[in-house]
Amino acid sequence: MAKQLVKGNEAIVRGAILAGCRAYYGYPITPASEIAETAALLMPLVGGTFLQAEAEIGAINMVYGAASTGQRVMTASSSPGISLKQEGISYCAGAELPCVVVNINRGGPGLGNIAPEQSDYFQMTKGGGHGSYRLIVLAPNSAQEMCDLTMKAFELADKYRNPAGILTDGYIGQMMEPVDFPEPLERLPEKAWAVKATAETTNNLISSILISAEELEKHVLKLKAKYDEIERTEVLFEEYRTEDAEYLAVAFGILSRVMMTAIDLAREEGIKIGLFRPITLWPFPKKPLGAWTGRARAILVAELSTGQMIEDVKLAVACKPPVDFYGRSGGMVPTPQELLQVIRKLREDHP
Amino acid sequence: MKDVLKKPDSFFSVFERKGGPDLASTHYCPGCGHGNIHKLIAEALEDLEIADRTVFVSPVGCSVFGYYYFKTGNVQSAHGRAPAVATGIKRALPHSIVISYQGDGDLAAIGGNEILQAANRGESLTVIFVNNAIYGMTGGQMAPTTLIDQKTTTTPYGRSVENEGNPMLVAELLSVLKSPVYIERCTLEDTKNIMKARKAIRKALQNQIDNKGFSLIEILSPCPTGWKLEPVDARQWLIDNMVKVFPPGVYKNDADRPARPIKPRPVLTAAQINKALGHEDKGKSAAAKIPPGFGTHELICAGFGGQGVLLLGQLLTKSGMYEHKHVSWLPSYGPEMRGGTANCHVVVSGHRIGTPYVTEPTLLVAMNQPSLEKFAPIVRPDGMIVYDSSFVRDVNLPAGIRAVPVPFSALANEKLDNPRVANIIAAGAVIGLTGIVQADTMRALIRELPKKQLIEPNLKALDVGLKSVEHIASPTTV
Ligand SMILES: Cc1ncc(C[n+]2csc(CCOP(=O)(O)OP(=O)(O)O)c2C)c(N)n1
Ligand code: SF4
Repeated sequence: MAKQLVKGNEAIVRGAILAGCRAYYGYPITPASEIAETAALLMPLVGGTFLQAEAEIGAINMVYGAASTGQRVMTASSSPGISLKQEGISYCAGAELPCVVVNINRGGPGLGNIAPEQSDYFQMTKGGGHGSYRLIVLAPNSAQEMCDLTMKAFELADKYRNPAGILTDGYIGQMMEPVDFPEPLERLPEKAWAVKATAETTNNLISSILISAEELEKHVLKLKAKYDEIERTEVLFEEYRTEDAEYLAVAFGILSRVMMTAIDLAREEGIKIGLFRPITLWPFPKKPLGAWTGRARAILVAELSTGQMIEDVKLAVACKPPVDFYGRSGGMVPTPQELLQVIRKLREDHP
Repeated sequence: MKDVLKKPDSFFSVFERKGGPDLASTHYCPGCGHGNIHKLIAEALEDLEIADRTVFVSPVGCSVFGYYYFKTGNVQSAHGRAPAVATGIKRALPHSIVISYQGDGDLAAIGGNEILQAANRGESLTVIFVNNAIYGMTGGQMAPTTLIDQKTTTTPYGRSVENEGNPMLVAELLSVLKSPVYIERCTLEDTKNIMKARKAIRKALQNQIDNKGFSLIEILSPCPTGWKLEPVDARQWLIDNMVKVFPPGVYKNDADRPARPIKPRPVLTAAQINKALGHEDKGKSAAAKIPPGFGTHELICAGFGGQGVLLLGQLLTKSGMYEHKHVSWLPSYGPEMRGGTANCHVVVSGHRIGTPYVTEPTLLVAMNQPSLEKFAPIVRPDGMIVYDSSFVRDVNLPAGIRAVPVPFSALANEKLDNPRVANIIAAGAVIGLTGIVQADTMRALIRELPKKQLIEPNLKALDVGLKSVEHIASPTTV
């Protein structure tokens, strides 16, 4: 198919529909509202459900209900709305319900502002809700990936019976880029566990309550085994100009795009620096990043926050080489020239 | 009536999910109303022959273990959220019969919004609302339905109007909404009233079978444990105290509404989905591959809101895409948003694009004076500025930068009698000056416009734009 020029937010919904998603439940919030608006426009055309819920809490619980029936279902919001969804996400993980939750990260804490930040990294990757669970988190950095990784999120969610998240920012959401839309999936995985209101499924139970301590521990360990498997097999990342790199920058989302330009500028000055971009934020690409232990002279982590992913980077490379940090907040996205300054300083500090 | 000793088939004969030594009796306390209500529901499911397609939603409360008993699909939900969960189920499975079974803490406190909204949407659900004036599961705290002066563990001196307000009247409250079809309050005080509840539950289920909308049955139900009373005394307490505050009766009955057919969810083929999404193959554009050495063009297009600068940027971006170049388009967003003016960043490149955010434009297209003043200082020294000279007076441009004044708006008015096409004239000028895309590609794009009456004027405008810079330079930077 010929490429189409679409906004990242729109690419999410189109990707979801191509992946067989037929229900969207959400509540408006800038800069994620376009996802709801696009879903409102497109879902009815493919026989799907769009419903504007009373709040994010209602939305995630509608998702929970739809996912219980085996339907591919999604919700999207931005930071404060994701906070409200956390109880529901934990319930989905506990009841092993696949669904997709999109977070177009805005500035916080509190009401903050609508500008791009990456300050929900902890919220998305480290739980956010209660209990020993994990959310699979994918971080697109282009409109094409908004489509592709949304489709991937549905695939992983079903494969592991676990909620999957998309974490990105307003720039990637607002930006228009060419997207090559793949063919719609026609066959979706069978879900024998789902409650389908049929005689065959009357014995099916969707629940996260396990009163006995032994039973709950067993369940938690089963989830843990699943998460271990995901960490082993589902890591995604990209490297840019790293072949001969002496320095490594680590960034995701919009900042990985700005960093690519900064790296091009730095290379013009002879600074051998490359980019490591985690695509799965959880599972975090520990091993491939760990391979840089002892290889790079220094690592620069850049985030639109005061430093969250840096903890995972430090763990992955055991702080060898040294890990420096550059962060901006409040919607202040650095220019490539600003990042170039930071890269120059990185070389100065770690010759 | 059925043999009262026989368990209906919609109830498990042995409660295996319950575990423990006694798999024959429920987990409820002696004298608890939940057991009675479960039985009424189970019998109705059997008599109406709907157990197989029923999904029982049990949120948190003493009845969270509904799935121990009901041989139906079971979904356990978060505290208060059952109506939202039920909505998700019902919308996915239009043929299902979904029961949301909620306590008074669940429905009237934490889940107040969910029930209100589901009722107001007229969701085709059956809600069983068990009002026992207390939180049973958590050990006897106050509920929104706790009576004035009633002592609970969190109203040790008795509930007071001053501190906690009056008991919540759910049936009354929801009955003022237009959408619900049926709302009745029943009580379990004696056999006669239990029979009334039996009837009400059946009616609420029948309404769902007929797809008529939202039905809610509130049932006053004893909680001997929470009330710290013997089962017999609890029934009496209910009669003496609760019934006065929560008068039983039918609060809303629109059941003569016509039944609505249940529409199964359509399943589309891949071709139908592509058609619905507009993803059919429109064929690849015939334009050339990226010319060798084609660099990176970074544009800012800026002007007043309404001058069509966002569209101008999109058309250039799309043309670049049709020529298989790397492109991105970013509208003013977040901190860049200022009242009245609009701008977008466009990158057209021979290489993969890093930042879509343009900080040092190679080309500024300024459609008004404020945009020119704002962005001219950041244009690259080897860059270019094209601006609408119809509006701009005394401008102080950075020295050394090539600036091309073109009266876009004046040309639009004079040559085309249409002020709205100034942006397309600008597109023509940009193409003429830079060659970042080909004029024919943009012409093809204009011919695809959904509003047919716009095609001719826009094609003309593009030519006016190309002509307007003919004398200045042929395409330079490729
Ligand atoms: C978010 C959340 N808050 C609080 C609780 C604790 N909790 C469990 S049941 C319950 C009250 C239940 O009372 P009610 O809905 O009246 O049902 P009953 O037990 O009386 O049948 C509470 C507060 C919870 N499970 N989840
Ligand atoms: S605590 Fe009350 S509501 Fe809960 S089972 Fe016992 S009597 Fe029933």
